[in-house]
Amino acid sequence: MEIGLNHYLTLAAILFTVGVFGIFLNRKNVIVILMSIELMLLAVNINLVAFSAFLGDLVGQVFALLVLTVAAGEAAIGLAILVVYFRNRGGIAVEDVSQMKG
Amino acid sequence: MTLTTLAFYLFATVSVASAFMVISARNPVYSVLFLILTFFNSAGLFVLMGAEFLAMILVVVYVGAVAVLFLFVVMMLDIDFAELNEGFLQYMPIGATIGLILLLELLLIFGASTQLVSQSALPQATPEGMTNAEAIGRVLYTDYIYYFQAAGAVLLVAMIGAIVLTLVKSENPRRQSIAAQNARRREDGVELVDIEPGQGL
Repeated sequence: MEIGLNHYLTLAAILFTVGVFGIFLNRKNVIVILMSIELMLLAVNINLVAFSAFLGDLVGQVFALLVLTVAAGEAAIGLAILVVYFRNRGGIAVEDVSQMKG
Repeated sequence: MTLTTLAFYLFATVSVASAFMVISARNPVYSVLFLILTFFNSAGLFVLMGAEFLAMILVVVYVGAVAVLFLFVVMMLDIDFAELNEGFLQYMPIGATIGLILLLELLLIFGASTQLVSQSALPQATPEGMTNAEAIGRVLYTDYIYYFQAAGAVLLVAMIGAIVLTLVKSENPRRQSIAAQNARRREDGVELVDIEPGQGL
């Protein structure tokens, strides 16, 4: 059986759903939530590259590169916020995050 | 069944399975390691699709930088993981429901939209007689140069932001004071003491 575009899109959809599911499942663990976001961004990247390959257009890969950049920056900022939050509160439970507001 | 098909199913199975392990592992260190496995398998998929450059970038950026960052933070913070995993199954039903609906919607959309795209054997996005990296460079540095610059700016802002957020102002920083060093004389630092034998100081 030939591997078509649908195969890649289905895989990306499953990965994206796993990411969303992870956010719901690990309500207290911010680190795993951040990792779930990385999974979702990876699924988007697979989509972009798959369409780029099957449409014969390189622009999809360029955009996947930009998504990768933003994902790296987001991970760095998110983890920095996490470290500061841990320093202030001595824990990373998500339920207490609302105390950060003004 | 060709080698490509076999490779696709291998990479896809392992990446989905390790993605599940990422969200269900009890210890976040294992989650990070499974995240690395997912990224490696996705890089393999990218190679299958003919995007070698992006596959290598994925390995370098994600496995080399992001995953190691996660690993450092997980190990640096002293977190009681048992406490965090309480109520793990509390949100399972609603999460599963929403996830399933989302998956069905995505598959429906893909099924409808990919009728427009040819399902034939992989056409190469990379032009003949050119490497993938060169082809991407020719597009990225000409038509998309402003996006490229913006990506660089995003990284710069992220770097400065992370440093500003995590920088700790030390109460008593031990900095070198060249003036104090130069002003120090022999009389300040050396003292000659006569000690009787057998008494000690």
